[in-house]
Amino acid sequence: MAQALTRAMRDAMAEDPTVHVMGEDVGTLGGVFRITDGLAKEFGEERCTDTPLAEAGILGAAVGMAMYGLRPVVEMQFDAFAYPAFEQLISHVAKMRNRTRGAMPLPITIRVPYGGGIGGVEHHCDSSEAYYVATPGLHVVTPATVEDAYGLLRASIASDDPVVFLEPKRLYWSKADWRPEAPAAVPGIGKALVRRTGTSATLITYGPSLPVCLEAAEAAREEGWDLEVVDLRSLVPFDEDTVVESVRRTGRAVVVHEANGFGGPGAEIAARVTERCFHHLEAPVLRVTGFDIPYPPPMLEKHHLPGVDRILDTVARLQWEN
Amino acid sequence: MTVQELPGAGASHRSTQPPAWSPRTDAAPLLPDPEPYRVLGTEAADGLDPELMRRCYAELVRGRRYNAQATALTKQGRLAVYPSTVGQEACEIAAALVLEEQDWLFPSYRDTLAAVARGLDPVQALTLLRGDWHTGYDPREHRIAPLSTPLATQLPHAVGLAHAARLRGDDVVALAMVGDGGTSEGDFHEALNFAAVWQAPVVFLVQNNGFAISVPLAKQTAAPTLAHKAVGYGMPGRLVDGNDIAAMHEVLSEAVRRARAGGGPTLIEAVTYRMEAHTNADDATRYRGDAEVEAWKAHDPVDLLERELTARGIIDEAAIQAVRDDAEAMAAALREGMNADPVVDPMDLFAHVYAEQTDRLREQAAMLRAELEAEDQS
Ligand SMILES: Cc1ncc(C[n+]2csc(CCOP(=O)(O)OP(=O)(O)O)c2C)c(N)n1
Repeated sequence: MAQALTRAMRDAMAEDPTVHVMGEDVGTLGGVFRITDGLAKEFGEERCTDTPLAEAGILGAAVGMAMYGLRPVVEMQFDAFAYPAFEQLISHVAKMRNRTRGAMPLPITIRVPYGGGIGGVEHHCDSSEAYYVATPGLHVVTPATVEDAYGLLRASIASDDPVVFLEPKRLYWSKADWRPEAPAAVPGIGKALVRRTGTSATLITYGPSLPVCLEAAEAAREEGWDLEVVDLRSLVPFDEDTVVESVRRTGRAVVVHEANGFGGPGAEIAARVTERCFHHLEAPVLRVTGFDIPYPPPMLEKHHLPGVDRILDTVARLQWEN
Repeated sequence: MTVQELPGAGASHRSTQPPAWSPRTDAAPLLPDPEPYRVLGTEAADGLDPELMRRCYAELVRGRRYNAQATALTKQGRLAVYPSTVGQEACEIAAALVLEEQDWLFPSYRDTLAAVARGLDPVQALTLLRGDWHTGYDPREHRIAPLSTPLATQLPHAVGLAHAARLRGDDVVALAMVGDGGTSEGDFHEALNFAAVWQAPVVFLVQNNGFAISVPLAKQTAAPTLAHKAVGYGMPGRLVDGNDIAAMHEVLSEAVRRARAGGGPTLIEAVTYRMEAHTNADDATRYRGDAEVEAWKAHDPVDLLERELTARGIIDEAAIQAVRDDAEAMAAALREGMNADPVVDPMDLFAHVYAEQTDRLREQAAMLRAELEAEDQS
């Protein structure tokens, strides 16, 4: 996935001279995850810039650059280090189009490596999507496959609205669907995909939890469950139709994500599914999420992250009897 | 009525002078010296206190050994990660030594060694990096704030704590550590400003080790030195050789004394060098060449002091050997402490989220307990 992200930026920069990449260590080093590897060499330091270490400054400067016609692609080094930039994100990035009656859209892509499962120490594993999805004016997307990493990043950079592009760090090294040639079609933002068809229940998920759900769906076959798996790919906008269509067919749904459950994206999704599928549901929409705790130290994270067993236990509860 | 028609509008600002404004005349003493302050190898070394220097030497050697041991532990998989302070030991040790027991240290994630030199148990100091708990000690007990991973965010805390102590009439100084990269963060600037406005008893120690991961200082700031940043906030800035522990000790002590006496904050820039990669996950060859690293080797903080003290007869071969033996024993104890598999209790996930457990967490804890029991049975 890392290489697909790099290529998406390289292709975008080659096609459009207004695309600029900036952030901490993105130049010579190529980023701490090497996602911007080679861009400074190819396009020069002016288009792939090592900034001073100041997230508010990085995003604030990107606002000004976008106001003047550039398309900044900003890298936040880790999920929890994007927080200093929240003032800029919430007060300006998300609101500029609205405040100016559409006169000043901000085409900024904010790349945020997020989530756990890599044994990182404190402040390196947050699933911060709930903060972003709660802020009107931002698109929030997250790829779970190599192909989507490329396609969604291209679409994000091309978008005239700000996009928070969440990169599941534990999938950076995934090669599952790697193809040397770039995918022909770039999906638009806001389209979910059925990754596995099934008939007994729908798992609704995104980003780092997709592979876990697919594995759970395989395992569930032994228990007689035929699970459908929907990959949201985009949290804002939320592709209600794809989700609703699936749940109406299967009659049961579980939302799976590793962010904290209370006030997490799953709460919103469960509410929407309930509103639109009430008469089709055989059981309440259930959720499997991270616990409502600050992200734990590495040695305990396996207990926190939703795994196959927890998903299967929850699926079993869908045999709803009062 | 237009603006032009307002009585007195238009010409007035041309005819009257603005009110008199005078710059602060005490700004000059705030400016740092043009060269880093040095003691070792200069005449100033004549005034060294032999007792203090022996202590510094012993701590430096222990510090170097500690760094080597911790790095070895990452290779054995005992530590997830370790940001080494090889080359920066003089800063770390001096920061710990200048504080009184009641004072507080606010370290960054790199400053485990300063915490250990202040007396923290080495194993407790490493839990963050080992991964069994975020902060393995009680900050109040040791007066060491948790090692801060988000950069510069601990600096306003240091200001607040020192200010609170002052309000309570307590004699407490806070020493806060940050890297050169961290000085670009908004929190750094806000902390300095608060400290100066409040005249809080705080010492800010910037370890300028040349790089923020891969980014060299020249891309971090356009100021002549980081110490210069003090001036705009109204506090003195001092530039000091961070590899010279005698100079570090002197400059830090002076700043702590000033703070204690009500003289307000000081910003100290220690010019040093990070000899190893940012962490074991980093590849330093991508952004710097060997020649630079080699040049700094000749200015090693342990060698500098050893040479000076040997030349002055303050330490001899036997003393050096004794110090090395002591450091070896410390390393052995650390190894042993770290070789025991840490016991982690999954139920700890829920133990420290709130003072009073919430119903929701109780439910989630019950769920995890059931899962663990089911696992045990299978
Ligand atoms: C707010 C924030 N942004 C980014 C990071 C990621 N990060 C960790 S260390 C580091 C470089 C720090 O450099 P410097 O302040 O010079 O300290 P040094 O590591 O050299 O001691 C970066 C960018 C972070 N920890 N916190």
